[in-house]
Amino acid sequence: MEIKVKLFAALRKGRFDCEIRDYASGATVSQILSKLNIPENKVSIIFINGRHADLNHELYNNDTVAFFPPIGGG
Amino acid sequence: MKIEVDNSLKMLPNYDLIEKMKGEYGDKIACISIGTAGEMKMSAASIAFTDMEVRPARHAGRGGVGAVMGSKRVKVIVLDDTGMKMRSPEDPEKFKEANKIFVDGLKKHPVTGEGLPAYGTNILTNIINEAGAYPAYNFKEGAFKGISKISGETQAELEVKRGGVATHACHRGCVIRCSGIYNDKDGNYLTKQPEYETVWAHGANCGIDDLDSIAMMDFLDDNYGLDTIEMGATIAVAMEAGLAKFGDAEAAINLIKEVGKGTPLGRILGNGAAVTAKVFGVERAPVVKGQAMPAYDPRAIQGIGVTYATSTMGADHTAGYAIATNILKVGGYVDPLKTEGQIELSRNLQIATAAIDSTGMCLFIAFAILDQPETFQALIDLLNSFYGLSLTADDVTELGKKIIKMERNFNAAAGFTAQHDRLPRYFYTESIAPHNVTFQIKDEELDQVMNW
Repeated sequence: MEIKVKLFAALRKGRFDCEIRDYASGATVSQILSKLNIPENKVSIIFINGRHADLNHELYNNDTVAFFPPIGGG
Repeated sequence: MKIEVDNSLKMLPNYDLIEKMKGEYGDKIACISIGTAGEMKMSAASIAFTDMEVRPARHAGRGGVGAVMGSKRVKVIVLDDTGMKMRSPEDPEKFKEANKIFVDGLKKHPVTGEGLPAYGTNILTNIINEAGAYPAYNFKEGAFKGISKISGETQAELEVKRGGVATHACHRGCVIRCSGIYNDKDGNYLTKQPEYETVWAHGANCGIDDLDSIAMMDFLDDNYGLDTIEMGATIAVAMEAGLAKFGDAEAAINLIKEVGKGTPLGRILGNGAAVTAKVFGVERAPVVKGQAMPAYDPRAIQGIGVTYATSTMGADHTAGYAIATNILKVGGYVDPLKTEGQIELSRNLQIATAAIDSTGMCLFIAFAILDQPETFQALIDLLNSFYGLSLTADDVTELGKKIIKMERNFNAAAGFTAQHDRLPRYFYTESIAPHNVTFQIKDEELDQVMNW
């Protein structure tokens, strides 16, 4: 299945900003992170289609997943 | 201390004023000043503070405080600490110990120790956009298509490429260092690193995706002494009124120049989004108590809507920054799209913020103290050892409540009622994409925020 993966802030370093990637159907957020070699403890906020999600969340074809390290500002 | 009359300073913008002050008093000074907007007593007028480079780039932006200074006919306060000694704590040993724990706490928290120093406040742009809560085109849409051109990641990269600075302290002694220096395309200083709120207000909210234009507007606002949030919101209202097209950066820049010159149009715009909307007959004025909302849509982040509605100064994000818990998962997590837990969240944040604000600490320390109990305790220990007090965490909460109560009493005496603790009606009736949500918190619930 095709998943749009977005990376932000320090997670982009040595990787990419936004790519459409192919994953086996039923893949979870955790499995996607592992394929990207991103340690789970470096990710603090996960969005799937603009809503907060957790590591166990299962993805569906054409989903957008966004990963953020801990950030704040305002 | 000397008080002097100097009519030669009349209608000088902030940057020219500070150059003149440096010429008269040397460059070891710090200044607190108003630009032309404050002299004209505009309600969007700010008070400028010089930064480490003695530039008038840091502002008490909100609430129209520049107009108050203007009404007292105070143009500039010049400070020179030559020959002065540092104040010493009542208990120097305890203070030193508490300070070490406090500083370590700021350095080890990923927000205050990594994200903010590397990218500045504009790091928020992508995440708020991703959450569908980044107001574009005068709060018409919850995400902006030009987002990658104005994000904190793009801004930091551009600053470094042009010989500016992406990690910089806005005042002496800061350990977070979320400020920066923004140079123009020729490598010359244009303005300090535009903040998240400014990039949104003059950017997405006006349909503008060009960082150089946004930085120019940041400079003009600082120079005339204007609140960037209010001015961005005002220009978006003016665009909705048809005074300029959304996305037209040149027209937006010209509108700010009208404010600086004090033309009749400029005086309308300089009095903010509420006044501008009334004058031009625009219903969609994103204001509470006459003050424009900042860069978070209260429909997609319900908790911040509670703060906008009930804060004593009008739509203000800092008074109870629900974004931390609704979006950033700092201090726990409350789903931004649901109503559950938002009243309590906003209330607790407003009480804590009133207390932190009265210490004079930067509010960004809240990211570390909300997550790390030992850092919160270190803040209390700092106050106690410096002033010889014996405050506890409960006393700090009581202090916050007392401050809010005093502010509410002031507002009540000035004629404010529960009817003013509301969002504009269209936030309850018009939904915002991509989540297609309206503001769902009932009036009776809003009336419970200050009932503890």
